[in-house]
Amino acid sequence: MSDRILMQGNDAIARGLVAAGCAVAASYPGTPASEILSSIDRWRKKCGATMHVEWAVNEKVALEIAYTAAITGLRAAVSMKQVGLNVASDPLLSAAYLGVTGGFLVVSADDPGPHSSQTEQDSRLMAMMAKVPVLDPASPAQAMAFAGAGFELSEAFGVPVMLRPTTRVCHASQDVDAPPFRPPGREAARFVKDPARWAATPVFRRGLHDLLAGKIAAIAAWPATAPIRVNPDVSPVKAVVASGVAFAHARELFGELGISDRIALYQAIQPYPLHAAFIEHLLDTYTEILVLEESAPVMEMQIADRRRVRGRMTGAVPGTGELLPEIVERLLSRFAGLPNPGRALPVQGGGRRPTLCPGCAHRSSFYAIRKAAPEGIYPSDIGCYTLGINLGAVDTVLCMGAAVSQAAGFDYAHRISGGRVDIVATIGDSTFYHAGIPPLIDAVVQGARFVLVILDNGTTAMTGNQPTPGTGIGAGGETTAAVDMEGLVRACGVRFCRTANPDRLSEFVALLKEALVHARERGVAVVIARQPCAMVSLAAGGKAPDGIVITAECTGCRHCVDRFECPALVFDESTNRVRVDEMTCTGCGVCVSVCPVGAIRRE
Amino acid sequence: MSGSRGKRNGLHQQIVLSGFGGQGILFLSRLLAEAAIAGGFPVLTSETHGMAQRGGVVVSHLKVGGFESPLVRAGRADLLLVLKEENVALHREFLAGGGVLIVNAPVPPDAGPGVRVHAVDADALALSAGAPHAVNLVLLGFALARIGGGTAGGFFCAPGEIREALSRRHGGGGSRLDDALSALDLGIAHGT
Repeated sequence: MSDRILMQGNDAIARGLVAAGCAVAASYPGTPASEILSSIDRWRKKCGATMHVEWAVNEKVALEIAYTAAITGLRAAVSMKQVGLNVASDPLLSAAYLGVTGGFLVVSADDPGPHSSQTEQDSRLMAMMAKVPVLDPASPAQAMAFAGAGFELSEAFGVPVMLRPTTRVCHASQDVDAPPFRPPGREAARFVKDPARWAATPVFRRGLHDLLAGKIAAIAAWPATAPIRVNPDVSPVKAVVASGVAFAHARELFGELGISDRIALYQAIQPYPLHAAFIEHLLDTYTEILVLEESAPVMEMQIADRRRVRGRMTGAVPGTGELLPEIVERLLSRFAGLPNPGRALPVQGGGRRPTLCPGCAHRSSFYAIRKAAPEGIYPSDIGCYTLGINLGAVDTVLCMGAAVSQAAGFDYAHRISGGRVDIVATIGDSTFYHAGIPPLIDAVVQGARFVLVILDNGTTAMTGNQPTPGTGIGAGGETTAAVDMEGLVRACGVRFCRTANPDRLSEFVALLKEALVHARERGVAVVIARQPCAMVSLAAGGKAPDGIVITAECTGCRHCVDRFECPALVFDESTNRVRVDEMTCTGCGVCVSVCPVGAIRRE
Repeated sequence: MSGSRGKRNGLHQQIVLSGFGGQGILFLSRLLAEAAIAGGFPVLTSETHGMAQRGGVVVSHLKVGGFESPLVRAGRADLLLVLKEENVALHREFLAGGGVLIVNAPVPPDAGPGVRVHAVDADALALSAGAPHAVNLVLLGFALARIGGGTAGGFFCAPGEIREALSRRHGGGGSRLDDALSALDLGIAHGT
């Protein structure tokens, strides 16, 4: 029996943080980073450390909370997905100038592909813009080790440090030896007042920028994060410089292709700032250098001699998309002068599209919206309910909170050009708290005419059912204060705010029509569609006792399959009729009122 | 980085598991990974999370033995376990020549030349046992019995090692462990 344990990358990052004495951790959920904070809470309980661990209302707030702990001398971390870093970029760029007194790690998980994101942007570019160092792990084990190393780097130079895993690190699992927890009993928080630094006005910022530039130059010579040469015993004229999981693919392929004696392989664990002596060594030693990194040419652009460098900027490496191992194999084969490996193209995409779960109340809301405003425009937002696109009830998805501002924008655009259109926007409860409130205030002030449906399932479902500010539950399951959504909406100045269960379809359609009348005549109307997430209900209480049956009256019209799209309603080509999939049906019974001929019944 | 510390040194096995969100692909890959570690093998897996878990196509990669990359390349899998038959067309390209396809299907589908196919109607078995959510374990049990486990040419682990891994997961006992073991045994009985 081995003493090694299986750890997912996110779990490993959490273990590394807690083991290194992280005292404050905050996050907003987002794939592929979501599991980090819940794991931090689990490890915290396991080692009995006193920590503040929270699901913050958004990434900006999360970063500010963790950063502030780090200017009292405590170790602190914030975790998020890459687009969350966009939201948190304002405090990050300023925090780089001011620096920290305790270790501060910004964990920003990228999603090349992208698999579950709006963009495949590279957080390392944000680190470069902010002038903070970034560590790029190749595996869960390395991500765990970099958490501790990141705190040390941060404290040595008094700067925020970014840890940038990608999906293939976050959601890889590996056997690891978990590090022991640092003994409890840390120093107390101690904030030393220094307004010229912590409240620096522009006149002081220039000096702070000079200081930061000096730190970055010194970090580019920091031995602990210098690139690692995998095969130091050979003296070839070509080199591959790789970081992140692209390095893991390359290392495995170096063995398989038998090129370890012909090409030097380096892992750059700190892609920015790339070590100055390393850049010199590369240019002094090799005639050709292939750079493998995801997803932007961050290292490549730091290696100044354009004649010798091959990468994403030169077109040698594809400029977009994930560096899958099949692609790395082709690139390495070409670079080594080996024949093209032939067919073996990456297996990607295709197959059944994702859909709202059986029993999901969002399905009812979308069905009702199309009934109430069949000619409407439907702005929507980020979450499970983006899948309302399958039901023809989602027309736009831009970024967190944009459903509300886009609804207003559609109204103004049509208003000034003499048109009139019904606009029904949808946003989840967690997304509403995250970024929906300022645009709602704006819409009220500007007199925008639209209906906003807040899909309140009482959880952040898409990312694994984290609590929202409305649930009154904290990251560790503890009781917290809960925000009153209706009160919040009214306080934004909304005069029509009604709450209903969307699974009562006909009543819900009638309420939406009432809201549309209000919106046309008097401005923003909010309908709160409140019904718990079906995943949560199923876990708590199981299926409804009575089953759903399809009677002989089914005409095979496909209305329920195409317009309602419940995975438990299956069109059977052989009988030309619909049947119920007993494996997945939750027995919610909403489909009973969807069938135009009454052929769906409860047993 | 992982080295070759396996008790059965030199074993390298690459497995791809394919299904839809909600079928328990993630559970299966972690269970196998834990069995691998208990058997003394280094292990790397890659999982699917996020929107695809809402009923979309879900794939797990599992590499047992000394590997560096968490992903199985096309044409390299020794074994492909498919929980939804329609995914066979999508993912059979993962299989190496001479690879084995284990699929949840009433009749064996065509998986192309050079692929050995073993099919079982795990949906029907799980439903008849009143355990529709244990399709994953039924298929795993079938696979272990059909191609052998812990032996040359078979799975990297034996059925007993999966039982132990399940037992560790469920704290050594209880009705959930009993249900899981029954599902596994149901599959084993149909694969023998």
